[in-house]
Amino acid sequence: MSTETHQPSPETPETPETAENGEAAQVATAAPEVMANSLGEYGRIQFRRIRSGESGALPVVIGLVAIVIYFQVRNSLFLSPGNLVNLLIQGAPYIILGMAEVFVLLLGEIDLAVGYTGAVAAVITAWTVFSLPWWIAIILGLATGAFIGLIFGLLITRLGLPSFVVTLAGLLGLEGLMIVLVARSGHGPGGSIPISNKIIGDLTEGNLSPVAGWIVMIVIVALAAVMLLLSDRQRRAAGLVTPPISVTALKIGVMAVAGVVVVLIGNADRGTALQALSGVPWVAPIILGVLAVWTFLLGRTRYGRYIYAIGGNAEAARRAGVSLNRIRTLAFVLTGLTGAIAGIILASRLGSISTDTNGGQLVLFAVAAAVIGGTHLFGGHGKMLNALIGGLVVAAIANGLALLGTSAAATYIVTSLVLLAAVSVDALSRRGRSS
Amino acid sequence: MTTPSAADGARPANGGRAPSPAAPTNPAERSDGDTPLLELRGIGKNFGPVRALSDINLTVPAGKVTALVGDNGAGKSTLIKTISGIWQPDDGQILWKGRPVHLHSPKAATDLGIATVYQDLALCDNLDIVQNMFLGREEVKHWQLNEIGMELAAKQTLADLSVVTVRSIRQPVGSLSGGQRQAVAVAKAVMQNAQLVIMDEPTAALGVTQTKVVLDLIETLSGRGIAVLVISHNLTDVMNSADRIAVLYLGRMAAVEPVEQLNTASIVELMTTGRSGRTHPRAAAGQVQAGQHAGEAS
Repeated sequence: MSTETHQPSPETPETPETAENGEAAQVATAAPEVMANSLGEYGRIQFRRIRSGESGALPVVIGLVAIVIYFQVRNSLFLSPGNLVNLLIQGAPYIILGMAEVFVLLLGEIDLAVGYTGAVAAVITAWTVFSLPWWIAIILGLATGAFIGLIFGLLITRLGLPSFVVTLAGLLGLEGLMIVLVARSGHGPGGSIPISNKIIGDLTEGNLSPVAGWIVMIVIVALAAVMLLLSDRQRRAAGLVTPPISVTALKIGVMAVAGVVVVLIGNADRGTALQALSGVPWVAPIILGVLAVWTFLLGRTRYGRYIYAIGGNAEAARRAGVSLNRIRTLAFVLTGLTGAIAGIILASRLGSISTDTNGGQLVLFAVAAAVIGGTHLFGGHGKMLNALIGGLVVAAIANGLALLGTSAAATYIVTSLVLLAAVSVDALSRRGRSS
Repeated sequence: MTTPSAADGARPANGGRAPSPAAPTNPAERSDGDTPLLELRGIGKNFGPVRALSDINLTVPAGKVTALVGDNGAGKSTLIKTISGIWQPDDGQILWKGRPVHLHSPKAATDLGIATVYQDLALCDNLDIVQNMFLGREEVKHWQLNEIGMELAAKQTLADLSVVTVRSIRQPVGSLSGGQRQAVAVAKAVMQNAQLVIMDEPTAALGVTQTKVVLDLIETLSGRGIAVLVISHNLTDVMNSADRIAVLYLGRMAAVEPVEQLNTASIVELMTTGRSGRTHPRAAAGQVQAGQHAGEAS
């Protein structure tokens, strides 16, 4: 121990009050599940998180509710079962494209070409399904999307090109490729290839039977509940901080209510006087499936962890031995693959894939969906669930304005305003966090 | 999944406790009786015509805190980058536990047990403490991340290092104070079974309270038999925490002395002129002089 401690300290006077602020910030930003001891405390911590900028998905959920109320007041058909199912089917491509975009947004990159990636994939599927079984056609379409993503990823990582430019080139090039492919296929004299396979058409046209809808919903909710409870029990057994049982119960309750509502809406008769029509559309479980798989990938695997790490601090990830190029390239592959799913869904809904497909607009709606849902544009923060919620907002605006009989121009303008509002809320809340 | 593993063989299965190195863990023991953990002999480094380091001799014993001080441009950064494998020396030899080693990459240094905590800490603000501590070395069980196992190990390591101020280890690192971030970075190094932890300006930009957190941490590390090499500009902190002080002056080792042999004035003199009226300049560089008490861990 030194004897020379009387030296005046040159430290900056960063006083204990800073430390206290730090303490407050900790309380505010740690996950409430592991901080709270009761439901009330959970609520209070969640509230403080929102005030300090860790708002998560809550503002956009509130926004979605507001939008729904507005349209419902203006036109009472908006919340009719038929329109809601329609909204979900219309929104499915946006939601899935938004999920595709989340992979690259988490890295702080962007894929402007994902709309046309999906369109080209849909062309391949629509073309090959004339001669091949439907599932092979779908696999070929998905492989096409993944391959296009691979090309982008390699160009971006190996040559060090900015993703913005590479995918902008891709946006233009793939539109051309799509037109060429439609013409060469021999199935699209009018500039569009019809979907000749009933199963692919049923991806959006088909419905689960009412009973099947209930069964699927109950199985999904039960699985999610069991997983939540098991994870809680394992944490408790390991002596780790565990969310209060009331919070877990609340989560399961919300899931169950949401599931029941979706199935009730889907099973309500939305047919005409001549023909009854009911059942949850196939796209609902498809969206949930994509959501579940990608959420698992991002949250529970090394790969997902590295995506967040690179988005947060690429240099730290590199020093930890993470292969940045591999992770980034694979992210573009996954974006292309997911984009292909969206493209096939879109073609299924339209009954054909046409050279008029506006992939540029699709990708902007996709980015809007992801960002409105709460994904940061600069990487590191966001979830697949964000794209689902954001995609619903985008779809609700488009659907609601169409229902009110407004022009396409109004749809664009309102969507752009909502996007700006979402980004502003995010930026403002982050400013609140840093100050 | 892609599994680039950084420090293979460094699985912290037992809660991340670093095994005590062969060197004595009792800090009261003199170090020059045993093989030092790390020894530099005549290290020199050129950048083109610029001689950044010449004839550097330094020993870093286990369980001791060695402070490396020097003015800007004295070669401190070059020296630690040489030890951590970023740059290869042009002359001289590096001995690890008495054996000559060739540190051709940062990974080679990490694999030996040399962990460097840089000033920028290399933490991901968006990840929580556990995720940061295991970054690049995640445990996988049943096809998914073994979050519980990792959290337990991280908790244990932090407890071993007496880091108690963190409220939840599941909070994002971005919400931590400067001292806590430093603690997380060090804990990450310790989990990789580091036997030598190099810290680059750990107390720069920290307030009084936070500085104390870091100094306590350094003390805990050396108490566990880990060698610590600290670069610092803050002589108060150096005098408070170090057992031995190495002063660099214009790429040469001006002095390596036990802390008792120096005071702030003599260190400043060594840093600015390379000589000191009180101590012998260019003292048998690298060797703690026999008979000198190396000091209890501060």
